Amino acid sequence: MTSVLVKNLSLNFGAVEVLKNLGLEVAEGEFIVLLGPSGCGKSTLLNCIAGLLDVSAGQIFINGKNVTWEEPKDRGIGMVFQSYALYPQMSVEGNLSFGLKNAGLPKDEIAKRIARAASILQIEPLLKRRPSALSGGQRQRVAIGRALVRDVDVFLFDEPLSNLDAKLRSELRVEIKRLHQKLGNTMIYVTHDQIEAMTLADRIAVMKGGLIQQLDQPQAIYSRPVNLFVAGFIGSPGMNFLNGRLESRNGLPAFVAEGIEIPLSTYAFDGKAFAPKEAVFGMRPEHVGLNMGSDWPFSTQAVVEVVEPMGSDTLIWTRLGGQNFTVRVGSERAPTVGDRVTLGFDPLRASIFDGSSGERL
Amino acid sequence: MANPASLCAAVTGASAIADEFSGPHGPRPRRTLSRRNVFLYGTLILVAVYYLLPLYVMVVTSLKGMPEIRLGNIFSPPVEITFEPWVKAWAQACTGLNCDGLSRGFWNSVQITVPSVIASIAIASVNGYALANWRFKSAEVFFTILIVGAFIPYQVMIYPIVIILREIGLYGSLWGLVIVHSIFGMPILTLLFRNYFASVPEELFKAARVDGAGFWAIYFKIMLPMALPIFVVAIILQVTGIWNDFLFGVVYTRPDTYPMTVQLNNIVNSVQGVKEYNVNMAATILTGLVPLIVYFVSGKLFVRGIAAGAVKG
Repeated sequence: MTSVLVKNLSLNFGAVEVLKNLGLEVAEGEFIVLLGPSGCGKSTLLNCIAGLLDVSAGQIFINGKNVTWEEPKDRGIGMVFQSYALYPQMSVEGNLSFGLKNAGLPKDEIAKRIARAASILQIEPLLKRRPSALSGGQRQRVAIGRALVRDVDVFLFDEPLSNLDAKLRSELRVEIKRLHQKLGNTMIYVTHDQIEAMTLADRIAVMKGGLIQQLDQPQAIYSRPVNLFVAGFIGSPGMNFLNGRLESRNGLPAFVAEGIEIPLSTYAFDGKAFAPKEAVFGMRPEHVGLNMGSDWPFSTQAVVEVVEPMGSDTLIWTRLGGQNFTVRVGSERAPTVGDRVTLGFDPLRASIFDGSSGERL
Repeated sequence: MANPASLCAAVTGASAIADEFSGPHGPRPRRTLSRRNVFLYGTLILVAVYYLLPLYVMVVTSLKGMPEIRLGNIFSPPVEITFEPWVKAWAQACTGLNCDGLSRGFWNSVQITVPSVIASIAIASVNGYALANWRFKSAEVFFTILIVGAFIPYQVMIYPIVIILREIGLYGSLWGLVIVHSIFGMPILTLLFRNYFASVPEELFKAARVDGAGFWAIYFKIMLPMALPIFVVAIILQVTGIWNDFLFGVVYTRPDTYPMTVQLNNIVNSVQGVKEYNVNMAATILTGLVPLIVYFVSGKLFVRGIAAGAVKG
């Protein structure tokens, strides 16, 4: 069943189009992550769904009800903000109960819901404290609790972990995932952190310029990005891009750049018929073999220029076709600067994009 | 043999450590009577004395009898301390036909200041909150008009306001003056509150909206408790401003509703009889006492509130 449905949504701030005729369908119980660089409109979209911004055009449905003109409180949503947004002058308990009191719930019901949320999030010992006496992680837990007590169907997270340090962030990330598995609510989660997106999401919506570029499962977005932007945004270290041309070699497609020719007979073109043209060849650093024999569909020689150790892995910078090319290898097998190495990969795992439009071919 | 060598190394090591502790270590010693301190505190004391001298003269003179004042030593402390000038200033000094001292003006001023302060701050804080958080259509235009209002000289508006007050039948009454003060406090106070509320994180406001709080619930339960410092600033500004006002008081009230400042002027500037310097001094101090007390009581909060508004305003 559809939980949240966004239809032809547009939002303009004066002459600036922040969202452009955007559509999004979220199934019940699904965890959707809106991912994109800052200014791509992801937080704006979330605010529109929450009802905190008036839309310029389009409709929003939550649980089949048209809520385009509804107040935030009547939409059946709970929201968690980046800066926690806890009411500083109220205790944790006061923060949790504020919305329920506004809704006019009876006292025993309020107490019951607070007790439940507190036990789920393990914040019982903190209930009497003020937010200023809490650590960052505890504050964010309380903020999640404030959404939890509202007993809503849809949770909205606006970069909830961005203010936390790296260790705490990964801890709370797992907790949010557990929470989702336990509650089974629909969750829409905004972030610019691709690790959060990949680990949490059932589906990721990669956004840029007020449009959803690709909406798919994390693995599909990682391995079959629909355009250059998505390919470059997802993955760290980033995908290698080689500029060159698609040519026909003996009736078979091949990618040609300065001094190299990569046969593409194994590459699955995206439905469209193959035609010679300018193209970008994308290959992830982790899909390249270094000195791993020569039974790859494509292999070549290169010289190591820079070595970047990252702990578990090491990033090797070489040149291929006259352009920068990185390879990710296990640290124990890392070569040193100046070594001649053999690079090998399977074009099956490549992504090839149109040179002018940037669309996947 | 390795022994002597290692011994030698140990010795040089020890001497290096000794050197480390014989040189400068710990906090740097500071001389109390350095030239810098003498100059700094000397200047400060000099300036403080310069500013406090008039107050000293006023207090001393107000405690002297008239014969002692006629001796002409304005800086000498009173030989015989008398509180009679204070009593006279408060209860007996004459202005025109009334001879009940400043007390009448004091109560008039209280009746003017209290409602004006409450009304202007109540309205301006809601204005500021609405302008900062609820962006309604043409809010910017409204705000601009309000700010421009702050720059119009008062003198221009005196006569039109006289007519308006006459037409609504409030001319010469205390309530007329209360309305005038409330309106004239509006631009600066609204600006003050708007800037303060604009510095409150927007997400807090959004969270409250998701929690189902409306315009007034957010104002009273979220914003108001956070805005105490700026309320103190506003109260200080308004109390001192309205209490010290002379122009509006003299224009919009009648002799029996004159505020304290106007009455003080009338006592000090009365031309009949002897100039009673001690009574004048006592009356002046009495009139200035209210703003002084306000400053002393809330000085710390005032600074904090101004700073809070300034950093993120």
